[in-house]
Amino acid sequence: MKSILEVKNMTMDFGGLRALDHLDLDVAEGEIVALIGPNGAGKTTFFNCITGIYAPTQGDVLLMPPGKKQTRINGFKPNHVTERGLARTFQNIRLFANMTVLENVMIGRHCRSSSGILGAVFRNRKTVSEEQKVVKDSYTILEKIGLTAYVNEFAKNLPYGAQRRLEIARAMATDPFLLLLDEPAAGMNVRETEELDELIVKIRDEEQISILLIEHDMKLVMSLSDRIFVMDYGKKIAQGAPVEIQNNPVVIKAYLGEDIDA
Amino acid sequence: MIKFSEIKKSLFISIWFVFLTFPIMVIRVNPIEKVIEWRWHNIMLVGIGSFIISYIWRYLLKRKELGDQKAKSGEEAKISMIREALSNPRVFKMAMFGVGILAVIFPFVFSIYQTNIMITALIYVMLGLGLNIVVGLAGLLDLGYVAFYAVGAYSYALLNFHYGIGFWTALPIGGALAACFGIILGFPVLRLRGDYLAIVTLGFGEIIRIILENWNEFSFGPSGIANIPRPGFFGIELSLNNSITYIYFLMIGLTLLTIFVVKRLQDSRIGRAWIALREDEIACQAMGIDKTKTKLTAFALGATWAGMAGVIFAAKTTFINPASFTVWESIIILCIVVLGGMGSVVGVITGAFILMLLPEYLRAFSEYRMLIFGAILVTMMVFRPGGMISTVRRTYQFKDETAERKR
Repeated sequence: MKSILEVKNMTMDFGGLRALDHLDLDVAEGEIVALIGPNGAGKTTFFNCITGIYAPTQGDVLLMPPGKKQTRINGFKPNHVTERGLARTFQNIRLFANMTVLENVMIGRHCRSSSGILGAVFRNRKTVSEEQKVVKDSYTILEKIGLTAYVNEFAKNLPYGAQRRLEIARAMATDPFLLLLDEPAAGMNVRETEELDELIVKIRDEEQISILLIEHDMKLVMSLSDRIFVMDYGKKIAQGAPVEIQNNPVVIKAYLGEDIDA
Repeated sequence: MIKFSEIKKSLFISIWFVFLTFPIMVIRVNPIEKVIEWRWHNIMLVGIGSFIISYIWRYLLKRKELGDQKAKSGEEAKISMIREALSNPRVFKMAMFGVGILAVIFPFVFSIYQTNIMITALIYVMLGLGLNIVVGLAGLLDLGYVAFYAVGAYSYALLNFHYGIGFWTALPIGGALAACFGIILGFPVLRLRGDYLAIVTLGFGEIIRIILENWNEFSFGPSGIANIPRPGFFGIELSLNNSITYIYFLMIGLTLLTIFVVKRLQDSRIGRAWIALREDEIACQAMGIDKTKTKLTAFALGATWAGMAGVIFAAKTTFINPASFTVWESIIILCIVVLGGMGSVVGVITGAFILMLLPEYLRAFSEYRMLIFGAILVTMMVFRPGGMISTVRRTYQFKDETAERKR
């Protein structure tokens, strides 16, 4: 399968600390890839490097949108990365708390619309129709994610699971071809996690959006992912299909410590 | 409900206050006759006063907390009578009609003095609405906003002095120049947030004022610029009275324009981006919003209104000097925005009127002006941190497939 994201040899130093150490990773079209590892392994740092929040010290991030030509996005600003079709959610929910659910999603449409100051003041036909389309598109996304009950609710008043889903909806509104989910199931109960599992598969199958996710819930990871990358101390220690990872001694060691037999 | 423990608490507070204010309220040293006056009766007043105030204060605080709990537990938040009434379109129309009539007849009914006060209040409405873009919507705490006001005022005064440029030409130029200054200020502070931004903007405001004060060749220093012409009315010379009436209506028109534009900006794609920037900068960027562009437009558009207000201020007073553009002005404008309700157009207008008109009509208490001002601010921030009138987010209603908007 054609790969759409390729990370080659990525290194990230914070002063003397090497958070990422010559990391390679790739995601193919239509794949769900998981990135796992013990706490502090550098998974979120890795996401931040890809999405432009940090500029990696070394290495390449190559983006190959289906049907478009390849771009190297190292050191791009976050908004430019998003414009190129890479959207993300955050580990600690970062919704726009005092905006309504619909407005949160509408923000996601920002980079796919263009009306400016003059359009806003004079409300010409183009702006009005664009605005209507933004509202409609956003609503459609909420329908897909199943949040229509909350349309006019403030984001901060939503139940926790719904907030997590809203983050996904907002990211989807930017029309990505690859979605980066940072611990989407964190803090969810069993039922919510099952729903999330279905949702992620649905996003992949119906929207043709590939997914790269960080997750600690092993049940979810094993059932969802086509491939798994395992990180520890900034290094990639294993990669492969879920079954391979489950039985990989290096991975078990990283998670459980030295004494496996004890 | 009066509880013993509450009374005890208030009693302690009043004793503590008596102790604290003892040196200033009771002892008075008379250095001429070399005697000390003991004003024992003041103890009584302080004690009783602080007892009552502390009691009421805690009672209100408790009521507020109860209200918060109710709101949290999912009960409908209490909507104020005024808001409920205004949400009825007929009542709203009537109210607007009334305000409109009052605005039109005002200069003919009241004296020139009153009209002048009204003009000042309207100028502050404009300033407040401009700053509201920067502080209320984009969440960038700007303590140097008065600098743009100064830029507008001086651009009219100087352009008129050197090149004889009239009011109507100066108005857009003043706005544009202020917008440029907004961008100039915006660039270095792009990376800053919160306190750091406040400090830098504070410095910027002072820099502009100090330049105006010291660069004599350019701005005529502290002596200022006099004889700035009032706005022209198709080339006809107006008497002082008529001229003030004219400026009044001009100001009404410009205020309406400001309200119109700010409201539309607020509801637009750009307005949403500003609010998103205020809510969470990192998420906002990750959702594809260009932080640089959004911040700079906020600074520039906010400054534009200050620039135009400055031009009108110069034309109204016909004399300007740097003393009109101190930090204090910035603080007042910020207070208007915060007190009125950040991000709310109606709130800012109310705030501007209250903060501008109250001191004028309470001249009898002018000695206690600052005291009252401070007390109001503290009380407001404790009981209504969102301001007098908080924003109502726009809601949308959906009926099978077609998206319809409702206010």
